[in-house]
Amino acid sequence: MAVPVEEVGFEVVDLGEVPLRELNQRLHDLSREPGPPAWRILNPNGAHALACGIDADVEVEIQGHVGYYCAGMNKHATVGVHGNAGPGLAENMMSGRVVVDGNVSQSAGATGRGGLLVVHGDASARCGISMKGIDVVVGGSVGHLSAFMAQTGCLVVCGDAGEALGDSIYEARLYVRGTVAGLGADCVEKELRDEHRAQLAGLLEAAGVDADPDDFRRYGSARQLYNFRIDNAGAY
Amino acid sequence: MTAVDAPSETRGPGVDGPGPGSEWRPGLRESYLFDRNVIAEIQRAAREGIYDIRGFGAKRRLPHFDDLLFLGASVSRYPLEGYRERCATDVVLGTRFAKKPLELRIPVTIAGMSFGALSAPAKEALGRGATEVGTSTTTGDGGMTPEEREHSQTLVYQLLPSRYGMNPDDLRTADAIEVVVGQGAKPGGGGMLLGHKISDRVAEMRDLPKGIDQRSASRHPDWTGPDDLEIKIHELREITDWEKPVFVKVGATRTYYDVQLAVKAGADVIVVDGMQGGTAATQDVFIEHVGIPTMPATRLAVDALQELGMHRHVQLIVSGGIRSGADVAKALALGADAVSIGTAALIAMGDNSPEYEAAYRAIGSSAGFYDDWQAGRDPVGISTQDDELAARFDPVLGGRKIANYLRVLTLEAQTLARACGKSHVHNLEPEDLVALTLEAAAMARVPLAGTDWIPGSRPG
Repeated sequence: MAVPVEEVGFEVVDLGEVPLRELNQRLHDLSREPGPPAWRILNPNGAHALACGIDADVEVEIQGHVGYYCAGMNKHATVGVHGNAGPGLAENMMSGRVVVDGNVSQSAGATGRGGLLVVHGDASARCGISMKGIDVVVGGSVGHLSAFMAQTGCLVVCGDAGEALGDSIYEARLYVRGTVAGLGADCVEKELRDEHRAQLAGLLEAAGVDADPDDFRRYGSARQLYNFRIDNAGAY
Repeated sequence: MTAVDAPSETRGPGVDGPGPGSEWRPGLRESYLFDRNVIAEIQRAAREGIYDIRGFGAKRRLPHFDDLLFLGASVSRYPLEGYRERCATDVVLGTRFAKKPLELRIPVTIAGMSFGALSAPAKEALGRGATEVGTSTTTGDGGMTPEEREHSQTLVYQLLPSRYGMNPDDLRTADAIEVVVGQGAKPGGGGMLLGHKISDRVAEMRDLPKGIDQRSASRHPDWTGPDDLEIKIHELREITDWEKPVFVKVGATRTYYDVQLAVKAGADVIVVDGMQGGTAATQDVFIEHVGIPTMPATRLAVDALQELGMHRHVQLIVSGGIRSGADVAKALALGADAVSIGTAALIAMGDNSPEYEAAYRAIGSSAGFYDDWQAGRDPVGISTQDDELAARFDPVLGGRKIANYLRVLTLEAQTLARACGKSHVHNLEPEDLVALTLEAAAMARVPLAGTDWIPGSRPG
């Protein structure tokens, strides 16, 4: 953000009075013309598609719970949710930062291609599914099939991971501090080397999560399913 | 490559190539069940240990629009004068919610085919041809290329389960968005791009290493079922400020229910792809054994829209085996608003042309049989990522051929519509059709020719 929030104050939008369409349109217009750099959204009441499609370096603070696809396809913006979030949080995010204080439903950060997603609570199933460059840091635990077909980027889990972590994973890196209920097809534990500790430390710091990189284990692709072989038929 | 019921002596070379083959002589009787193609496939499977993956669509004989005929005008109806009286062909797609519906000059669009599956010049040619005649092209599983956007005046951007290359900038530059739930060649199946077609550029667009087999998921990563789809469509509309029409594409299976659910979920346009629809790379067993043909799917889709009172409000595009203006006209007569072509467009650009027979033979195939679109060795330069092969394909000439072919489809459809006395191709109706076979009569729900009998419509 160019101007510190404290100096400019917030543009306050109460979704109890303003339609979602109007709010999203105003946020989208910021990509074409200058506007308030900081926004505070009141009474989201679980609205879907809130603050999705922003393409501007702004800060949006949402006071309450949000529904599906909050901050979907975000570019450049920092979106904070002071509450819980529904499915598909920050799906296909390109850049910027999305931070949720509470818990989030499934498919958080799905197919994300950049930026940082931070969930301070727990994330449900399929967290980081098909991730393509996004970094996801979860303060709590993640559900089953997280990082399914994860391509690139990092998923950091400070709690535990559910069944089938990293199933059919490509080149994404997974760091888990707690227990892993089970690894998916072609996902294996890998050595945590200094370069990984450094990367992990950077991600934890960026996410504002206090944890020791040495407490984590690293998982990634065994790369056995990259080209079809009938001997692996049982894994498909 | 298990052709299911073609007479075996007319079949082409099996999967082992055209080498010295067996020859039928009087007294030699080939098994219907274990014919030469089946034998070749069993032995290929035993040798390679992997199912057959290929391109193209279903090769077996299926009930199709060929089994329908038009009742031209006569005493009880009068025709329009060809060349003199106007028979309009324009179609508007996305009138339900979108601020900017697509206005096409002809009711034939180019179906989604990815950069990756097709070469860059082939994609360019599709854009050039479609633009010349005023219709749309569609991206594919691999994202939008700048060349494609540049050469396609009207471009539909697909949102697929893999989300390869998906980004909001392309979404905003698109003219429409197509949420792909499935395709006719493989309803319920994901995509596949084999390693040898993954060039540096394709790999970069998809955020994956070069040379690996790229599997595309069969389910979307962030929604499941019609209630979620409704919210997903809402998100896409919000991101694009409600400008773009949102299509939902389904492979034809439980078409009646799928169409109703897609309407309920808020689709502007429904695309139904029958099992004849092509693919760049799918298991043969999937292509030949899953889904229903385009003709009954069209009927079911129209029924679903009519029951909801949404026919013509939510537009219907059907695809899968459209080859001629007759196919176009019959699909429209059954109630579609437009059709899409994929395989036919590739053929129009030269795929399977006898001109390339020597080159096809060199890779173990033959003109008219080539379906290894997954292999990336296409001598015509269409289904390849090999720079040298792709350079053989002239996108300007290819575009011209596409434009010519689209014009012929349109002229043929107009010819048939005028013969039925229609001043717009959309005025064609089921009442203009009869069926040649019992199965077509039952599936299209038009009477068997010479009778008033529609099987299943009433007792006896």
